[in-house]
Formats: sequence, C-alpha cells, structure tokens
Amino acid sequence: MNRGLPIPSALEQKRYRPTGSARRSERVVVALLMACALGTIALSVLIVLMLLRESWSFFSSPNVSLTQFLFGTRWTALEVRDLEKVEFGIWPLLSGTLRVTGIAMLIAWPMGLITAIYLSEFASNRVRKILKPSLEILAGIPTVVFGYFAVLLISPGLQWFSPSFDTFNATSAGIAVGILCLPLVCSLAEDALSAVPTSLREAVYSLGGTRMNTALNVVLPSALSGVISAMLLAFSRALGETMVVALAAGTLATFTLDPRQQSQTMTGFIVEMLKSDLEYGTVQYYSLFGVALALFVITFVMTLLGQLIRRRYREVYQ
Amino acid sequence: MAFSGGCIRFSAQFRYFPIMGVLCFFTLVGCGGQPSAETKKGNGAADKAPVPALRGNIQVDGSSTVRPIGEAVAKRYAEVQSQVQVDVGGRGTGNGFKRLIAKEIDFSQASRPVTPNEAKLLKEAGVEFLEVPVAYDGLTIVVHSANDWVKELTVEQLKKIYAEDATAQNWSDIDPSWPNEPMKLFAPGTGSGTYDYFCEVIGGKLRTGISLNEDDNALVTGVSGNQYSIGFFGVAYFEENRSKLRAIPIVNPKTGVAVLPEREAIEKNDYSPFSRPLFVYVNRQSLDRAEVRSFLKYYIESAPELVQNVGYVKLPSDVWTKVNEIVANPQANLGSRFLNANGEKKEGSFLELFLGQSDAAKSEAPAGAATGQEGQ
Repeated sequence: MNRGLPIPSALEQKRYRPTGSARRSERVVVALLMACALGTIALSVLIVLMLLRESWSFFSSPNVSLTQFLFGTRWTALEVRDLEKVEFGIWPLLSGTLRVTGIAMLIAWPMGLITAIYLSEFASNRVRKILKPSLEILAGIPTVVFGYFAVLLISPGLQWFSPSFDTFNATSAGIAVGILCLPLVCSLAEDALSAVPTSLREAVYSLGGTRMNTALNVVLPSALSGVISAMLLAFSRALGETMVVALAAGTLATFTLDPRQQSQTMTGFIVEMLKSDLEYGTVQYYSLFGVALALFVITFVMTLLGQLIRRRYREVYQ
Repeated sequence: MAFSGGCIRFSAQFRYFPIMGVLCFFTLVGCGGQPSAETKKGNGAADKAPVPALRGNIQVDGSSTVRPIGEAVAKRYAEVQSQVQVDVGGRGTGNGFKRLIAKEIDFSQASRPVTPNEAKLLKEAGVEFLEVPVAYDGLTIVVHSANDWVKELTVEQLKKIYAEDATAQNWSDIDPSWPNEPMKLFAPGTGSGTYDYFCEVIGGKLRTGISLNEDDNALVTGVSGNQYSIGFFGVAYFEENRSKLRAIPIVNPKTGVAVLPEREAIEKNDYSPFSRPLFVYVNRQSLDRAEVRSFLKYYIESAPELVQNVGYVKLPSDVWTKVNEIVANPQANLGSRFLNANGEKKEGSFLELFLGQSDAAKSEAPAGAATGQEGQ
C-alpha cells in the first residue's frame, strides 16, 4: 500500500495537531485580517471627521447661517464673488439632486425589478446566459460614457420631442443615471428572488397556481426586504453619482420642479467648485464641504432606512 | 478626491465599480476637450537649422482661450524636439496664475493682463516673470444658428442681458420685436480671463442665473443646443463651430457701426470693445532650463502663423519687435507693463502701455484693450 511514500513523522506518531509554527503563522494572518477590517472602519471614521472639520469652517463663518443653509432657495457660491452677497441655500442643489435621482429611479426601479423577476422566474437557461453578462457589461461602462451619451444622444432626442428642453437638463441626466443604476437594482433584486426556496414555488404549483401567481404573489413578497434594499442602494448610488451630472445636468443651480431645466446637483456643484478659481480657505470653497456633509447625511439616513426595512420585512426560510 | 461618487458598497456582481471609479477620475482629469488645433506641416524657421536634442518636461496651463495656441505650438514643437514633453492645460487664467505662483508651471497663458493682486502674490512667492503678448482675440458673442432675430448688439444691450442689475428675462425685454421667450445665458466661469474681460467692458459684475462653465466646449454645446441661448468666448471656439453658432455683430461705441469679429476688424480694433490681447506669462527661473528657452523661442517664432491657423489674429509688427526684444533679453524686461512701480493698474490702451507712450502713436491703435476701470 505504502509504495515507498514516506509518511510524515507527525502522522506516524499520531500527533494530529497543528505544529507550533503553523499556529504562530496563523495568528499572524488573523491579526493581519483584523487589521484590514479595522482599517476600513478607521478610514470611514477619518473621512467623517475630515468632513465635519472642514464643514465646520463653513458653518462657523459669520456669512453663513444654518437657517439660510437649510431653508434658503438660492445658491450663488459660484456666481457671486462678494462674500457678503453670496447666498448659501441648499434647496436649489438639493432639488437638483432629487430631480435627477427621482427620474433615475423612475427608470431603474421598475425596469430593474421587472428584469429581475423575468430572469429569476421565467427566463430559460439560454436566455439567462445572454442576459446576465450583458447586464454586467452595462454595469462596467464608465460613467463618463453615460455622461456623454446623455449630452450627445438623450438631450437632442428630448429636444426633438419638445424644444422646451434645455441642452443640459435634469431629464437627460436622470435617464442616464437610471440606466446606470439598472444593473444594480436588477442584480441585487434577482439575488433576493432566487434565494426564495424552491419548495415555496412547488407548493404554489401543487395548488394549481400559474407561474405568474408564483412570481407576483409568493416569490416577490417573500423577497421583499431584499428587493427594497436593492432599490434603496440604487437610490443612494444615484444621489452620489457625479460624472454623469457634471457633464449632462448643467451648471446652473435652479430651485424648481421642472425637469426640462438645468439642474446642478450637489455632486455637480462640488466638481464645479473644484474646477473654479476660488481658493482653499475661502468660505465659498468650504461650502463644498457643507454640501458634501449634507449629501453624506442623506445617504447615511438612506442606508439606515435600508437596514431597518431589511430587518422589518425579513422572512427566514430553512 | 473620490469622483467615483456613489461606490457605497459593491457586491460580487459589481466588482467593476471601483474600476469605473478610477476610470471616471482619469477621464475627468482629461475631460476638458479642446478644439483640435489645425496645424499644417510648417516651415517655421526653427525647422531648418539642425538643433541639439533636448530633454525635459514643460508645463503650460491657464486660459482656455489661449489653449489652442499653446497646443498648436506644442504639437509642432514635438516635431522639432521629440524628447521634450509639453503639457498644455486650460484651467482658466486665474487658475493658471495660481499655478504660476505655486511654481507648478513654466508658462501661464492668460486672456487678460496679470492683476495687481496676482503680481503681488508672484512677488511674494519669489517668482519673476516675463509678459509676452501672443495674439489678438475678438471676444465673440454667439447665439444659436437658428436665432434670426438678433441682428446686432450694443454694449448697452449686453449690459441689459448680462449685468448684475439686469432684470431682463425674455428676449422681448431687450427689444419688443424679439420673441417673448426666456433667454438662456451662458458664460465662462469666474476663473476665466474672458469672464473678467467681459465684466470690465460692461463695467461691473455679471448677474446670477447664468450657466457658468470653465470648459468652453461645454459652452459651445450649451449655446448650440437651444434656440434661445446666448453666450461668449474666444473667437477660436467660434471658428471651430461655425456651423452650429452665429456670431453677433457688436456696435462699436465710437463709430456706431456693427462689426463682426473678423480678422481685419479685430486687428484694426474696429471690433471694439471686445478686441483684446492674449498673453503668455513665463516664469523667469524656468528659463534657466534649456528646453524652456528653446520652447519659448519656438513659441515666438511660430506664433504669428499658428495663431491664425487656430482662429486668432497676429499682433502688429511693432508689437512683435518688442516681443522679440523681451525674449532676447529677459532679465531687463521682467514684470508687467500694465502695472506701475507700486503694483497698481496703469490707465491706457494695450498698445500705449505695451509699447510705451511714444511708440504708440506710430501704430493705428487697438485701444480699449487693456483699459483700466476696476478690474477683478
């Protein structure tokens, strides 16, 4: 049996335990892993601290009042050079962000969810083999490409439809961001749907249900928490999207509900401020961090909300 | 600077997101497109003589208006000195001076003369500089090509459109015979020398509600995308996009005649008050490097031809003589000719100030170019 292969001496002596060196090296590896994990936490904390410190320079300026920041409807940090006359009211930027995000979600949520249901419940293996990689390709397209796609294709298309659209407008940016978020919604929602156990589907079939009954009345409600958190994640992704809006949404902060107008978003403003000639140290420059903090608070709340919903609607199956 | 924006969390399927983030960062860095500077294989003087091979890296930044000139020169210079890498940026005149002050760049291109404040900061940073005018530009006011109602504009009307205290919203507020549609205003960003120059002409600041963009190509896209738009930038960007835009003749306040920004009109300053000189500011210390000296020399030799290729107008010969004098003897010609000994702005036209009072009489005169009023 043995054919001359030497048996390790440890086995021969029946010492079925890791050697001392193996234990030591494992301890080192575990320490490294933990350092990595703690490093991510430390990074997040540092980023938040930096954000708070820099935005403090903004909020503590005598030219800025918190009331004006939270309720003001004019944002002129880039347009007006006299600090005394600059108005820092977040609503034009916030409404710009919400317009773009809203339009994006109008596209990404239904389309992503429908695609996910189709992929997980109806598609044959062959169809799935084609559809899933093409969705991944869509996810791999750089956002700057979507930005130019919006400016050069979607915008002229909208203007052909109705000349009242501006060249840079919330709708074209929103559509592009929506397409961008589509694979995110679809893929996460599909994960949630296919995690629903087959036994549930079989139970519906045995009761005479159709595939549509199964998908809409049983699988979707069972996977609701996963589906909703996919949607919220896409919402946060759209809120923070920068490149598309910097290229396609325009550079004018407008407080309006009109999706045909220019709509500088919070991230778009940050990009323009970095490009402008205003120096580090000016209140206008620090306003960038005020906006970033507001954006952070919003996405943070969205994440918390996602957690809550996931816990509330979670259904556990063995 | 995480431009990747929303990479909040990625699952296995979204492993591309970090890559996308990196990609879009790099693309953002390089996304200021530029009008392709048309350069034909040339016969610049420097082509003929065999030149010693130089190596090095030259940094050029500043005005996006002057950028096409810098690019055209750099492109042709690469044929002479292939080992010298010349990077030409277009972050805006103000940002260019800032980088010159920080000693990050060798050449700062500018669409207005250096301001007293910038000169002070340069001095404090210990940066000595040469001031070299390279071309005339006609700051061009453009509208959509389908705009058939605006035949000409006066400076007064431009004030009604753009000035800080302007209340006009619709085209009909400027002239009752024009359409009752809202004007879509575009302008270069506040860091731009073109913005400053325009402010100087209309004698004040610009109103709010204008789409400001540091990228002239974005302005072209904006104005050409809506029939009711109006905007302005250097004439080279108009020449590049003639099919999509229409330049508005501007009424010369002295003669009362409406003039288009065409070569001859800009050169003779009939296109007033929007004819203006464009500059290159050179860090004197950089001239200690052979490749910078060689590039500056090449710039001066090829500029008269290349500025015309990209759409600008060459400077009159007496200015050019002076430019050659400055470049030949940098040490004796440091500083700006538009600021007095105390670092304050001098009053007078570009030619008067640049050539010195006595010489100015000889040349028929783009006046108004660098006139004083309160600059930014």
